[in-house]
Amino acid sequence: MPCSTRKNSDMTTNAFLQLFAYLVILVLITKPMGVYLTKVFRGENTFLTSIFGWLERLIYRLCGIDPTSEMKWTTYSGAMLVFSAVTALVLYAMMRLQQFLPWNPQGLGAVAPDLSFGTAMSFTTNTNWQAYSGETTMSYFTQMAGLAFHNFASAAVGIAVAVALVRGLVRSSVQTIGNFWVDLVRCTLYLLIPLSILTGIIFMASGMIQNLAPYVTATTLEGAKQTIAMGPVASQEAIKILGTNGGGFFNANSAHPFENPTAITNFLQVIMIFSIGTGLTYMFGRMSKDTKQGWAVWGAMTFLFLAGLVTCYVSEQSGNPNFDKLGITSLASATQPGGNMEGKEVRYGITQSTLFATVTTDASCGAVNSMHESFTPIGGMVPLFNIMIGEVIFGGVGAGLYGMMIFVILSVFIAGLMVGRTPEYLGKKIESKEVKLSMIALLSMALCMLGFSAWAVVNPVALKSLANNGPHGLSEILYAFVSATGNNGSAFAGLNANTQFFNITQGLSELIGRFFVIVPILAIAGSMAKKTAIAPSAGTFLTNTPLFSALLIMVILIVAGLTFFPALSLGPILEHLVMQNGKLF
Amino acid sequence: MTKTIITSILMTVVLTVLVGIIYPLAMTGIGQLLFPHQANGSLIVRNGTVIGSELIGQQFASAKFFRTRPSGAGTGYDAANSGSTNLGPTSKALIDRITHDRDSLRKIYPELDTALPADMLTMSASGLDPDISVANALLQAKIVARENNLSVDTVIALVDRHIQGRDLGFLGEPHVNVLELNLDLLHHIPK
Repeated sequence: MPCSTRKNSDMTTNAFLQLFAYLVILVLITKPMGVYLTKVFRGENTFLTSIFGWLERLIYRLCGIDPTSEMKWTTYSGAMLVFSAVTALVLYAMMRLQQFLPWNPQGLGAVAPDLSFGTAMSFTTNTNWQAYSGETTMSYFTQMAGLAFHNFASAAVGIAVAVALVRGLVRSSVQTIGNFWVDLVRCTLYLLIPLSILTGIIFMASGMIQNLAPYVTATTLEGAKQTIAMGPVASQEAIKILGTNGGGFFNANSAHPFENPTAITNFLQVIMIFSIGTGLTYMFGRMSKDTKQGWAVWGAMTFLFLAGLVTCYVSEQSGNPNFDKLGITSLASATQPGGNMEGKEVRYGITQSTLFATVTTDASCGAVNSMHESFTPIGGMVPLFNIMIGEVIFGGVGAGLYGMMIFVILSVFIAGLMVGRTPEYLGKKIESKEVKLSMIALLSMALCMLGFSAWAVVNPVALKSLANNGPHGLSEILYAFVSATGNNGSAFAGLNANTQFFNITQGLSELIGRFFVIVPILAIAGSMAKKTAIAPSAGTFLTNTPLFSALLIMVILIVAGLTFFPALSLGPILEHLVMQNGKLF
Repeated sequence: MTKTIITSILMTVVLTVLVGIIYPLAMTGIGQLLFPHQANGSLIVRNGTVIGSELIGQQFASAKFFRTRPSGAGTGYDAANSGSTNLGPTSKALIDRITHDRDSLRKIYPELDTALPADMLTMSASGLDPDISVANALLQAKIVARENNLSVDTVIALVDRHIQGRDLGFLGEPHVNVLELNLDLLHHIPK
């Protein structure tokens, strides 16, 4: 393909340093987080038991829960589904009635019914797609008691499901996979609340706002009036990032200076997004009594993470050839970031922007510190692709691990076919039931992403929402349904998704993407728990080796490639080619 | 089933009180107590009037001031309506906007007839970016000096004082906070 004469696509030393530091921290937090998670979900005492133990017991008593009882997968799923439904209804009601509720200094009115439905689905499913602008739509009460509550609850549900799956995999000849309520409460009390408080305090010290005050009117240096939005941001930001929720307090999300004031808070945010996901891989290894099993999964995740990150960084740092023609320099230097700076903040530059974009879509976070829509075609394809493969690269809290287990099951199945043996994982046979359930999860997601996109591109009403034309318009629609189904929530945000069509179709995609995966996963957990583990023999295909990591990567790329390559080639890939020739739309 | 529904409702109520009300209010208390300046928006107050926030960019139309980046927030730097226009890399509207902005700048300032820093003509994601790159500030220094009858050296020295390096020496990008720079500039302009 034609390539212009730009020369700075090789990594600058500083970019390498920033990314290397990130990788080192990721490695360092994996084990401590994993050990802690193991304690929390085995019901053991932690150093926080003396602080929160009484509260844990009080909650069980208030809600009539027997913490010693365990559930079969069907009961576990039922509790998870009913809890999700109740919380969704409460959020819907809260948005419809916010004008009667406290902490609404701007006097914001009721949220429209279709937007309330879309938003309730979005936050219940840990998607946090936002078809609204927070500062002009949601009262402080709705933000705190509605949206931030869901940030905790949906994150805890995701982690609970992953833990239940791990129990199913490592237990032998039992019927039960844990108690949903206990997992929910312990996760919230011992993991999410303490880490949110800690992170929130660092955020506030760095300049993030936290108040219930009305918006401030400033008189600028030139005498103009500037209204500055306020609110309880830091408390919500901490759990938004930690719980891989991503629903911004403000419209500009983590690009807003009050939601992400400095490069340090930005770096901390990308670390927090992966922290629980990376810890869960170690917890998985520890619970299966072979930490190498966890590291094998971790290795596959890290490889895919780095591949996406480098692609995205190089593409953005190379910039847009159309800008070069206008006399804008794309070259990075000591005094400017260079590259494609449209939709990016100066304090993050290209490196921290592409790191954030990659991490937020590897995980199902969906917070953004730059506008993915304005990325170069290949730079923007990386976030899209990350979500398409199911956000299995550390992934949403819990969701990443259980999503990855679907590919693990497929990998051992394929390996089994190749060597002509019954596939096994952790000493248990993987049979047609597990493979079928995995395929239900995978195919529902793919069908939902591509099916709704196909409907939208032939629907004149939906096409009115487009902000960009040409191949980029297809990418815009594709990103919307991929993000909704993947429960990510980031967007090619030019698309006007606050229409009946998108509020409803995206709400449905979010439900399908969440529960058509979780229920099969819990069914697999239940089915695996019943099986008896047998000792490995000479013919066992080992799943704790780099070879297995490589196979897992291949399976992910082949499955995703076959499913999504046609769509990607008509969107970002085509756009990349025509951009090189200077064609505009 | 009924029992599950009741437990779900009770759990929703209990957790809403805990993480939806007590947690954010406690954090608000901590913030107001320990970091009142930051928690209330890092506001800059002069003679009793709020003139802006250290963290939020402002629009500067006059050539006497350093300019911030083009903004897609509302009609420009609307801090109650953050965001960007989200134009894609092959958008004609984007290229037209940049061409138009470049041409109108060059018409007034012949100094800008050179390769321009990327952040000078592109919009930020938030529309509220308080910063510009060092190259951008240095390029504008000549214009600002001329418009205020100051020597270029004085203004460049001023810019130098406001360069914020990478956090911890390696994170993010060096940048210049435009509002703080302009406030300092005011002190140097002869009345």
